[in-house]
Amino acid sequence: MLNTKIKESQEICLDERSVNLREQIIKSVISAGRGHIGGAFSSLEILRVLYDDILNYDPKDPRLINRDRFILSKGHSCLALYVLLAEKGFFPKSELSRCFKTGAMLGGHPERDKIPGVEASTGSLGHGLSIGVGLALAAKIQKRSNKIYVLLGDGEINEGSVWEAAMAASKHKLDNLIAMVDYNKVQSAGSVDSIMSMEPMLDKWTSFGFETIEVNGHDISELKEKLSLERTLSKPLAIICHTVKGKGINEAEGNPEWHYKRVDESLGENLIKQLKDAL
Amino acid sequence: MRNTCFEMIHLLAKQDERVIFIGSDLSPGLLGDMQEEMPDRFFMEGISEANIIGMAAGLAMDGFIPYVVTIGTFITRRCYEQIAVDLCLHDLPVRLIGIGGGLNYAPLGPTHQSIEDISLMRSLPNMQVFAPCDAEEMKRFMPETLKNKSPIYIRLAKGYDPVISDDSRGFTFGKAITISEADESENDVLLLSTGIMTQESMIIQKALSKENINTKILHVHTVKPLDSVKILKEIYQSKLVVTLEEHTLIGGLGSSVVELLSDSEKEFCMSQIMRFGLPDKFVEDYGTQESLLLQHGLDADSITKKILHRFKD
Repeated sequence: MLNTKIKESQEICLDERSVNLREQIIKSVISAGRGHIGGAFSSLEILRVLYDDILNYDPKDPRLINRDRFILSKGHSCLALYVLLAEKGFFPKSELSRCFKTGAMLGGHPERDKIPGVEASTGSLGHGLSIGVGLALAAKIQKRSNKIYVLLGDGEINEGSVWEAAMAASKHKLDNLIAMVDYNKVQSAGSVDSIMSMEPMLDKWTSFGFETIEVNGHDISELKEKLSLERTLSKPLAIICHTVKGKGINEAEGNPEWHYKRVDESLGENLIKQLKDAL
Repeated sequence: MRNTCFEMIHLLAKQDERVIFIGSDLSPGLLGDMQEEMPDRFFMEGISEANIIGMAAGLAMDGFIPYVVTIGTFITRRCYEQIAVDLCLHDLPVRLIGIGGGLNYAPLGPTHQSIEDISLMRSLPNMQVFAPCDAEEMKRFMPETLKNKSPIYIRLAKGYDPVISDDSRGFTFGKAITISEADESENDVLLLSTGIMTQESMIIQKALSKENINTKILHVHTVKPLDSVKILKEIYQSKLVVTLEEHTLIGGLGSSVVELLSDSEKEFCMSQIMRFGLPDKFVEDYGTQESLLLQHGLDADSITKKILHRFKD
């Protein structure tokens, strides 16, 4: 079953928009010199669908009280978030070419009070779901109908704090909280299975009191469909997104060496060509 | 002090809908009235400090003022990174209330003796540190927690401490309180103390006055931000400066004062300063708070003798 899910996520061909977003990420990495490419590429379609089709937000009023909240708990995938926030008009696209530089708005991990549209400063792992629990409780107390989405890494959920948060979300029946796992099966040091296996992933979340669904994390239409489902259960929702680390680049796919990678102009141009040739 | 603090949280919650109580796994029935009156703002979340801090951050991001309560060592050591990142980096108005500051939990050993909490908290950007001397001072302070925009660590001493503070001396968060018997501008000895050690300061002050040594106390309830202007002014008018704290000598009040002097442009002879606190090791014995203070020479008699010895030198 798991192998089928992995195969399905590997087989998805990227469309023009996904290639274009990856091109912007690679250009930012060339300018910055290095970046977390692997996780940005595994998360990208999840973020694309959230910002294109699911989240309620207003880039002109990023702190609108009724907005949906999105927390990138795996903060190192921030390049995927940055290109989407820029595209949606939270800040000028020119910021993307200044990433990680002195005086830049955009750093190697997202920061709440520096970047419009970023809900929480992340980078240290295992924090986002607890913050999401607080935001979901706040919405309940204030009788707001907005939702809170938290994207977690599969290595990130090694952290015990994630499971403390999962217990709290379940205790409080936070049906306005959606935990999404970017399950790309590779963490920094190697495969998740060899470092700290999180299987049986679905059963873990189910036993912690979540409604659980699985989705191909690169399949735009499936993501849209599953994220738009009307919910009836008074439970938090966990969406296990089967993804491929480094999706779209042959040598990066499933390769931990590409977790944090130095990319010069020549390599970057080759990567962009590879992505475009596959269209 | 502990009960007063909890009663004040309830009182503030009645006045202000932003107030939220979050405990970990505290005494049964604690703040039962509040739980009954406002169940949506009362949380007992189990032994999960890391999650509690993040949850408090999320609530504060959307306008609430969470008061998080658990044992001092757990609220500082266990979830230090959550405090640094979720609260301090976001600069959120969350109140961390550490029960059993200092040697309060004497019988329970080093896992519960909170001897470096001030040091841990004051080194974090945006964090503020408050250590009141008694329940009445706690009462004067708590309304400030509705106004202040940044995180505050509040160190609780035990219950039923004698009341030594006095409304007539005034109270402002961040401002040290002068306790002086005479109206001298020059001090023979200046005692700087925080938390319940100001009780010892007052005994020492009386003992020194019998020796005709003019002694002024600055009760430094707010260790961060430190009342630098007043502390420096008094230090430069004193022959001997003494700091007292129920805390390791690394990073607490004494360290703050020495750092302040070191950064000051005016000359000061470091041999004019004596620091009293706990040594850089876990407490090895049990007993009572008083017995452990005595064992570490942090009782008024031992300190008075050392001051007299130094002063007469």
